[in-house]
Amino acid sequence: MFDDLFFTYQNLIYALGINGLLALAMYVVLSVGQLSLGQAAFAGLGAYSGALMSKWLALPFWVVLPASTIVPVCFALAIGVPTLRLSGVYLAIATIGLGEVLRAVYLNTDDLLGTEFFGGPMGLSGIPQRADVALIYGVLLGAIIVLWLVGRSGIGRAMAAMEQDELAARVLGVRVGRVKMAALVASAVLAGLAGSLGAHVSSFIGPNEYGFQPAVAILSYALLGGIGTPLGPVVGAAVLTLLPELLRGAADLKGVFNGAIIVLVVLFLPRGLLPFRLRRRAA
Amino acid sequence: MFAQQLVNGVLLGATYALFALGFTLMFGVLRVINLTYGCYFSVGAFLALFAVRLAGMSIWTALPAAAVGTGVIAIVVDWLLLTRLRRVGAPELSSLMVTLGAALAIYAAGTALLGPDIRRLPPGLVKGLPMIVGGVFITPTQILILGATGLIVGLLVWLIRFTRVGLAIRAVAEKPDAAGLMGVDTARAAMLVSFVSGALGGAAGVLIGLNFNAIQPYMGEEMMLRGFIVVIVGGLGDIRGALLAGLLLGVVEVFTAGYIASGLKEAVSFLILVAVLWTRPAGLFGRATAQRA
Repeated sequence: MFDDLFFTYQNLIYALGINGLLALAMYVVLSVGQLSLGQAAFAGLGAYSGALMSKWLALPFWVVLPASTIVPVCFALAIGVPTLRLSGVYLAIATIGLGEVLRAVYLNTDDLLGTEFFGGPMGLSGIPQRADVALIYGVLLGAIIVLWLVGRSGIGRAMAAMEQDELAARVLGVRVGRVKMAALVASAVLAGLAGSLGAHVSSFIGPNEYGFQPAVAILSYALLGGIGTPLGPVVGAAVLTLLPELLRGAADLKGVFNGAIIVLVVLFLPRGLLPFRLRRRAA
Repeated sequence: MFAQQLVNGVLLGATYALFALGFTLMFGVLRVINLTYGCYFSVGAFLALFAVRLAGMSIWTALPAAAVGTGVIAIVVDWLLLTRLRRVGAPELSSLMVTLGAALAIYAAGTALLGPDIRRLPPGLVKGLPMIVGGVFITPTQILILGATGLIVGLLVWLIRFTRVGLAIRAVAEKPDAAGLMGVDTARAAMLVSFVSGALGGAAGVLIGLNFNAIQPYMGEEMMLRGFIVVIVGGLGDIRGALLAGLLLGVVEVFTAGYIASGLKEAVSFLILVAVLWTRPAGLFGRATAQRA
């Protein structure tokens, strides 16, 4: 009975955990007052690089999973270093652009080089199933705990200060540039892990899974849940992953839904569903 | 071959410039990165398609009608999404997120309503035989694109530099509060800028739709990548920069496709964007002030 239930909803259970991780990847960046739309692109890089390592190098998964974060982190550095010293709009623009470009790269590289790496529009299939529910939720739980501890520490206080007023935080001695870069790298790590885990449970990945629509959906998770604590984004991801499943026939309108949520939350509910903030001891 | 590529590149670049002008104008005056801007591109193309297919209009009337229609839609979208945020003086991130969410909702709704298939304008919309100048083929469609782009850009420059409303717009771009105190109706200026930007985006959509004869709801989203590259390479808010960078991008894309590989044109353009961000964040021509954090 329980096995049946698990089998029917297997993909949903995976998706809940993976979307929770992606929502955390968004949370890290939002909580320093930046907007990066690169999480889907980072997840795609993690998924493709992880899948290629498993398929062609036949490396064990405990090597592949951490190694899947290398490529996303390199891209985060290449984009973050020039944009993070400018105002927030540059990072947003460059990361949306990154998603578009990578899609074109996955689609066209094989034709160009005559290789069979990315599988073009057909995507990459036959990825060995290495991840499972325990691993996905273990990583998710670990990420929540780490982010919670960091959030309560002095670094968390610095992040909160930056989100409120970057100039004031800088005056008070916060190394704004470093914290922003660290947040973007952490975001790339989380998204890369999420992408690689996703690829190793679904056995198939395609270029359109990491495009514009998923990128914006991830933002809607974090905003709906609220970014006061790491739990908010995870709850937001769970609600927005389950809702289309409950409302039959709403799957086509998922994009409309995710988009409308962002508009409504920013305009009318700026602190999200869980408006609590992390408690910190007085300094 | 080289001359032909150059002509094709300049023509493509002219439409990129037209598209990016509206985007950069919106940022320059309203200080908002409006990500629904890509939607106007799709909306313009579809309005023209419907005008031609359903109302039987010629392209000469369909193009201005689509541009005006898109401009009106842009006013409504701006009013619905941004007036509230402007009033409370919300941080720039909020307007970015709102327009991003709205863009996704509009694209997804458009796809649900119209379907994801590629639609085409009826053949023979622009009559006439291709001209051959010095061994270079130029189709009547290309002449229409170049003529329309030149006319629209000329009108825009005239509006901004030589009219009273243009002066008001420039004053609002410079310092909105001070402009308001000097008696400029800032809300009206903002509305006018939304209209003009929407019309530019819509017109670019019609012209690109004509150029490639392929129209589908998500076309604006793909175009936004070009928009981003052009406005950043040209300098955010810099109109002359956007014109030059648009032409440059068109030529670069056509040459990459012609001499290296067509699948690489996005990647090459993006490399240019990242290189400019690394070295000249105020734009290639350095006139825009880079918004330092």
